[in-house]
Amino acid sequence: MIKVLIILCVIIFVAQIVRIFEIGNLLSKTKNEVSDSSNHINGVFLLIAGIGLVIFFFWQRAEWMDQTLPMAASEHGPVIDQLWDVTMGLIIIVFLFLTPILFGVSYYFRGRDDRKASYITHNNKLEFFWTAIPAVILLALISYGLNVWGQIVNQDIKDAIVIEIYAKQFGWSARYAGEDNQLGSANVRFVGGKNELGVISEATKNSQIKSLDTKIQKLEQERNASINPADKKLISQRIEKLIKKKKTLITYFITTKKEDLLAAEDDIVTKELHLPVGKKVLFKFRSQDVIHSAYLPHFRVQMNCVPGTTTQFAFTPTITTNEMKTQLENELFDYVLLCNKICGNAHYNMQMKVVVESEEEYNEWLESQSINKIANL
Amino acid sequence: MSKNGHHKENFFSKYVFSLDHKMISKQFLITGMVMGVIAMVMSALFRIQLANPGESSSILSTFLGRWAEGGVMSPDIYLSLVTIHGTIMVFFVLTGGLSGTFANLLLPFQVGARDMASGFLNMLSYWFFFASCVVMVISLFVQSGPASAGWTIYPPLSAVPAAISGSGLGMTLWLVSMTLFIVSSLLGGLNYIVTVLNLRTEGMSMTRLPLTVWALLVTAILGVLSFPVLLSAALLLVFDRSFGTSFFLSDILVQGEVLSHAGGNPILFQHLFWFLGHPEVYIVLLPALGLSSEIIATNSRKPIFGYRAMIGSILAIAFLSFIVWGHHMFITGMNPFLGSVFVFTTLLIAIPSAIKVFNYIATLWRGNLQFTPAMLFSIGLVSTFITGGLTGLILGDSALDINVHDTYFVVAHFHIVMGLSAIFGMLAGVYHWFPRMYGRLMNLKLGYIHFWGTFICAYGTFFPMHFLGMAGLPRRYYSNTAFPMFDNLLDINEVVSFFAIVGALVQVIFFFNFFYSIFRGPISPQNPWKSNTLEWTAPVDRIHGNWPGEIPTVHRWAYDYSKPGMEEDFVPQTVPLKKGEEEAH
Repeated sequence: MIKVLIILCVIIFVAQIVRIFEIGNLLSKTKNEVSDSSNHINGVFLLIAGIGLVIFFFWQRAEWMDQTLPMAASEHGPVIDQLWDVTMGLIIIVFLFLTPILFGVSYYFRGRDDRKASYITHNNKLEFFWTAIPAVILLALISYGLNVWGQIVNQDIKDAIVIEIYAKQFGWSARYAGEDNQLGSANVRFVGGKNELGVISEATKNSQIKSLDTKIQKLEQERNASINPADKKLISQRIEKLIKKKKTLITYFITTKKEDLLAAEDDIVTKELHLPVGKKVLFKFRSQDVIHSAYLPHFRVQMNCVPGTTTQFAFTPTITTNEMKTQLENELFDYVLLCNKICGNAHYNMQMKVVVESEEEYNEWLESQSINKIANL
Repeated sequence: MSKNGHHKENFFSKYVFSLDHKMISKQFLITGMVMGVIAMVMSALFRIQLANPGESSSILSTFLGRWAEGGVMSPDIYLSLVTIHGTIMVFFVLTGGLSGTFANLLLPFQVGARDMASGFLNMLSYWFFFASCVVMVISLFVQSGPASAGWTIYPPLSAVPAAISGSGLGMTLWLVSMTLFIVSSLLGGLNYIVTVLNLRTEGMSMTRLPLTVWALLVTAILGVLSFPVLLSAALLLVFDRSFGTSFFLSDILVQGEVLSHAGGNPILFQHLFWFLGHPEVYIVLLPALGLSSEIIATNSRKPIFGYRAMIGSILAIAFLSFIVWGHHMFITGMNPFLGSVFVFTTLLIAIPSAIKVFNYIATLWRGNLQFTPAMLFSIGLVSTFITGGLTGLILGDSALDINVHDTYFVVAHFHIVMGLSAIFGMLAGVYHWFPRMYGRLMNLKLGYIHFWGTFICAYGTFFPMHFLGMAGLPRRYYSNTAFPMFDNLLDINEVVSFFAIVGALVQVIFFFNFFYSIFRGPISPQNPWKSNTLEWTAPVDRIHGNWPGEIPTVHRWAYDYSKPGMEEDFVPQTVPLKKGEEEAH
């Protein structure tokens, strides 16, 4: 009943608005067509809009610029930032040049009855210049940009510390390659128990097969104890599944090369990412389920984590967490790795703490993590 | 049927299954508007969430029901809202609504034809579009929620229902809807191309066509070449989802279960998607640029500056748009060398775009500008095209894209350059051709209020987003409260939400003006804007066949405004050249 009343009220309201609108039209002296006075008013508004847009731009910069990302904390970061400054500078100049012209011209040539427009169809000389000048500027910008891009993607990664960044809904893990600086191979079909990253090794195989065996045994007991044939059938199916999984594990284990198995032994899996300052690191990205994007805004680093393939990014952190805290005068500051590709409902909260520290601190921390060594799983 | 194609019509053949391009264009427009309102309400809802993360609001619970228990939006529906908002705006409003409306209305009129090459295909095109809209709207009400993997529907997220609830039935319906939409777009596009190439009236050479026709023709060609690729991507995705194939899926472990797929590559989908996706940007933008070229020339009372350069830049943009798709994928792990090629081609697009902007300004220069609402929206379009286009220089540069990829910087960029420009172009078109559609005039003052409100709110909404992006805030975050580094961005988000919601409310003025004027606006004269093009030579009363007598013959280009030696400041295309008069362009 209330809904009907509301609808009725809305109808009456709209009808009244139409009435008021029509009476307003009748009373108004101006006709419903463009005139000198409406041209003048809108011309002035356009001029104000042009000036307002420029003022709005500067106001925002003054108000919000300090909330944008602080200085880059990696070796290639300042190079990107410089390219950014040059490009952004150019953009701002063009914006501040064209916006006033557009709105100024619109204001200046606002229609009047006594004005006659000029018949100008084209001007080859002018058009040549305003094609050639952007072309030259853009070619310069392209070569500068590609130069920077080349510096970032063509780094010497021979001596880089290899770390795997592993993404899944909705969290990150890191796998350090250990003393040999070699990551063992891994597959999501090997994920189970404590082996959250599916690393293939003697130890993970054994522990998983052991736990599978216990599970199978338990189920078999359950099946023997059960009297309901339907239950029995269900349990048998579950057992078959586990046996199949066991077979998969063994197949993957057998087909993995010996040196890969050995390389996996000393890998360490952690929930926090620690990096030594001034040392080049090579991130290898993997994903377990959907596409994620590993985004480390303070280091100007980002790369997608694609299920089924490995992607990589090399960089050198240059500022430790503590130095950054002092520089930003923010005791609570922490570097962070966040997910930047829509990956599910908790996408907005998928993060990992990143700590940059001196090499000694880093080694100490890594030592303390050795209980998570693959060989110990 | 009489000689000019007019014939008796009953209610169904006139208003529902009409073969008349003018009626079909109105059908596209109204359907597009309804979809636009849905998408706009969605944006207002998620802006409420972003400005007041986690706070209870009765508006949210009214609209979202069980998706907002206690008035707090759930993360799942947040992702659905941004997904469907994007899908509807890009495809249903700015592709179907914009091209569908104005290609149908203007192509036959402006080339001097009685109707489209095939009226029947044209009708089918609309009804496929309508069906796809219906399916999309139905998908909003399914149990597991509408599609929520982003409008780009990257697998595996879109392929695995266990990964996100919206990838269940909602995603299936999304794909069905998109398939119908593509069929509609192809039927329409083929028809537009054939009409322009074959049905031009006597004297209407390609270089006498108004720029609207050029823009719509090139748009149709882009659509016909690129939409089938999306169709194939969608079909392969359907196979992966329903029939166990592995085109895009490899070893995946989700919710503790290893899926049976192996060996596929999700990046392949992105290549297929963006092979459509980037031309799609220009499918959205070019018609708007075409409409505004016509409107700016008419209301400046001046020929469009550099007519041939304008056509050249449309063609250049269209060609380049096919070889830049990789700039959406710089950080997918794609070969860095390939990345550099895409940087090169992408930044080249700035050249034809710059030419267009300069030509617009040169057209205004020394004109006698008549500020109709259509003209104001067109000037607004040029402004947003400048502001938004410029930041493309950053996003097209792979090294810079590393840090702002998928942040609000991208949201700001494409909303200004593609969203706002296209919407402004569309609104300009509606104001300008409303008399041609309905034989009545819209109210001028309400048009002014609508323009100024929209213009201010548009910039207020999207300009601050650049700063959110430069602070590193990723897009599609349900809330930014999970990270201390984003805590102080709430003020910017509040500003954005304020302008977004006010901007949405301002559109009520437009809808009132539109629907009121259809029925009770003042009757329009035959040529209210003193325009040169052929559509204004047809009588105000709608007849199927457009002209009661012979089809007019064309003697000159469309832009003879304020030509010296002429009595009036416009010379319709049907007026023969005087003795000794040169056709200068």
